[in-house]
Amino acid sequence: MESLWPRIEPLLWGVAKPARYIGGEQGARSALRRPCDVAWLLIYPDTYEIGLPNQGLQILYEILNDRPDAVAERSYAPWLDMEAAMREAGIPLFSVENHFAARAFDVLAFNLSAELVYTNLLNLVDLAGMPVRSAGRDAGDPLVVAGGHCTFNPEPLADFVDAFVLGDGEEVVSEMNEAIGHWLAGPPASRERHDLLGALAALEGVYVPSLYVPRYDADGRLLATEPVDDTVPAVVEKRTVADLAEWPYPTHQLVPLTEVVHDRLNVEVFRGCTRGCRFCQAGMITRPVRERPGDQVRQMVADGLEWSGYDEVALTSLSTADFSGIEDTVRDIIEDPRHGERVSVSLPSLRVDAFTVGTAAQIQRVRRTGLTFAPEGGTWRMRQVINKLIREEDLYSAVDAAFSQGWRRVKLYFMIGLPTELDEDVLGIAELGKRCVEIGRRYHRSVTVVCSVGGFVPKPHTPFQWFGQDTVAELRRKVVLLRDAGRGARGLTIRWHDPEASAAEGIASRGDRRIGAVIERVWRAGGTFQEWSEHFDLGLWEEALIAEGLTLNQTVYRHRDQDEALPWDHISAGLHRDFLWDDWREAIAEKGVEDCRWTPCYDCGACTGFGVEHVVASAVPPAGGSQGTGQDLALGGRVPVRFVTAGATGEGDPR
Amino acid sequence: MTIPDATLDGAGAPTVPPNGAGAAPGTGRPDTPAPVRDRIRLRYTKLGKIRFTSHRDVARMWERALRRSGMPVAWSEGFSPHPLLSFGLALPTGCESRAEYLDIRLDPAERPGRRPGAAEPAGGLPGILSGLLPEGIEVQAVGPVPDGAGSLQQDVTSCNWELEVLGVAAQELATRIEQLLDAPSVVIRRQRKGRQVEDDLRPSVLALAPIEVAAGPGPRGDGALPLRAELATHPRGVRPGELLEGLGTDLVLVRACRTHQWIERDGARTEPLASSGTEPGNGAPHAQERAS
Repeated sequence: MESLWPRIEPLLWGVAKPARYIGGEQGARSALRRPCDVAWLLIYPDTYEIGLPNQGLQILYEILNDRPDAVAERSYAPWLDMEAAMREAGIPLFSVENHFAARAFDVLAFNLSAELVYTNLLNLVDLAGMPVRSAGRDAGDPLVVAGGHCTFNPEPLADFVDAFVLGDGEEVVSEMNEAIGHWLAGPPASRERHDLLGALAALEGVYVPSLYVPRYDADGRLLATEPVDDTVPAVVEKRTVADLAEWPYPTHQLVPLTEVVHDRLNVEVFRGCTRGCRFCQAGMITRPVRERPGDQVRQMVADGLEWSGYDEVALTSLSTADFSGIEDTVRDIIEDPRHGERVSVSLPSLRVDAFTVGTAAQIQRVRRTGLTFAPEGGTWRMRQVINKLIREEDLYSAVDAAFSQGWRRVKLYFMIGLPTELDEDVLGIAELGKRCVEIGRRYHRSVTVVCSVGGFVPKPHTPFQWFGQDTVAELRRKVVLLRDAGRGARGLTIRWHDPEASAAEGIASRGDRRIGAVIERVWRAGGTFQEWSEHFDLGLWEEALIAEGLTLNQTVYRHRDQDEALPWDHISAGLHRDFLWDDWREAIAEKGVEDCRWTPCYDCGACTGFGVEHVVASAVPPAGGSQGTGQDLALGGRVPVRFVTAGATGEGDPR
Repeated sequence: MTIPDATLDGAGAPTVPPNGAGAAPGTGRPDTPAPVRDRIRLRYTKLGKIRFTSHRDVARMWERALRRSGMPVAWSEGFSPHPLLSFGLALPTGCESRAEYLDIRLDPAERPGRRPGAAEPAGGLPGILSGLLPEGIEVQAVGPVPDGAGSLQQDVTSCNWELEVLGVAAQELATRIEQLLDAPSVVIRRQRKGRQVEDDLRPSVLALAPIEVAAGPGPRGDGALPLRAELATHPRGVRPGELLEGLGTDLVLVRACRTHQWIERDGARTEPLASSGTEPGNGAPHAQERAS
């Protein structure tokens, strides 16, 4: 392989943030390929700053590079200026380590964490110098594979990706490496791509879309997606790592030379979540809960800080306050003499019902960054529908704890466009924000509460997968409603995401295989970097839908029936369809369910199907907390007395 | 890892120079307690691929490397404490340098004593820090900041640059250089906070000359012509790109390397840290090779 660096170097004078393209991170591996190695290019299809911190990609990078028969390098989507310069100079997509051309690798492996990057995937395959459609590629082209949460509905990318990996990648990546290595060891003349795809499809957790065909009725409704023959399973199950303790990765987190998002040490403390928030795809598809042992967390933090030189560590998971013994863990890290006195701990994804004065006091000892909570729904009724059972009381206590411990700025995440939503639920967001400002004023003269509002996009493998997404017009109406309600309120800021972006995300989220042609049209019309508001253009998506004879109504806004075939029916995250449907009915009935970590099993299927169990160190739920803690939820909507005069909206009445 | 203050001696023995303000007492006598110096100054390179990182990026690399080194860096007080590092003139992104400087304030309360019998790390402080910094950043010298010295940004008056340009033949370049030097003023336009402003470049060009090369494709095979310049830093640091604009907009800058920074005071010209064994003008060829 020949390095493209001498040709890349002259371009870097003229592009923004050239450090994106130079590699050289601490922890980067750049071993040259030996003859028997399988060469992987791990690609994050967004900018370097967004992609570099991705933990999934870094875990696979280490596992592969530690193998005696694999090498892995990385690549990211070049920004538009660099892409234009590369295309003009005839330079293909390259790796950042050795600046090798993407085509020189055996596998291009994409991480898919968000739907709006799909057009970037096509663009990068094209930039690599390959046909974007799998059918156009031959045995001389690298294999194109993809993993990450979005692969739980792989159909929109089925025509472009040779194989999808479902679930945890730690084990299956090695199995794939062996299958590919075996295939590559054969004489080149007799190598058939079909044989390799067959070998991959035989691995648990690998879905090869070309071996499955969708069937539609005369009206264009999906009937089923079925295997072409009986050599592949009718349903492909995800992979689950039973014990996170066996995978203390990454051991040497990449330390970038330039600023990236989440620029700090990240240690994953558990995987999976059983809080059961009905909108949350991550919480559904990553079950069961698997905690990392506390001592291993402490060791990974100590080793990671020493290795990286960072002074901040984030304990990551879907809900870190639920980690058994979280307060002790945080205190131990902060008090560890090995770290000096200047280490700060951040806890992303804090649930308000587990955030106590104790936690607040621990994490503010070193540095006060902003605090973010995610109540998601503006009223208790709404939160029962989405099963985010945070009582008004819990929310205000958490905010009180934060302000009393010195924070002056609190950010709250909400969604609009949720099932059964009424205008009073939307207005409840502003009401709630105002009360939080009021709490803050008791401690500080000037406080800021930011309510950040996103339009809800239903996701596959969740109880809301049957729900018809709100139209752009309806989301806009609700945004205006909310904006007006918050106008003039001192200390309260309301921000919202573009409702049009929610519509495009909806197309890709629950689309079937026909959406592939739509994505290709958007890409061919120049629609890359759709995650970036300055480049997003719903018009491109609407035109592409029309050209393919499809509509937003049909793909996004329509409610699905109970017996309707869904494009991801042949993909399994372990969850029983009955469980999801029952939970959907419960949602409409405004009934919450408790967390099965600490209460009896609902038989969702995630544990039983895979023969795994929750790995939770503590048999008791964390302090505070409302689900499974035996708290009285009957009064969950009760607004504490001190607020009754503040907002007489009626939502405070016990239901 | 802890860095005993003895490393100041270890590294300082060859590199701490008599530096204008008088020789640092105690250097060369490693058995006596080191002088209490609260500020040390380092010279380092920025060569190869890493030149595409920004000034801020380099500052962060240093913060991480210093934390890993265990050096007793002093911290600011207040709401958002930060380590007391003071970088010199920002190097434009994309430019290389063999003469970057950093002043570090040490915390006198935290300075550890030398551990009895502790082995002296090979290469002393420069070696340790270079090992903790990315490829292309190599610490070449360390010494105490002279008494009474101001900040690097205030004190440094000019910088030497080696540039390589494409776009015109060698003869034409030589002519343009002469014209620029003969002109009473050379007005260039630049963007400042989104507005076009005009500046006279001429007073800032202290020296400018082509570097003689044998006829042919040049040292890197791309036909680029090398030249050497000394550019003033006050009232405003002139960037190599601006100099090039003064030479003609058809020129393309392909390489730029800062080779020296100078402090001129009372007619005498010194470097912020006097040169050690390796003459910076010759660079550190091994570092350059390793990093590119």
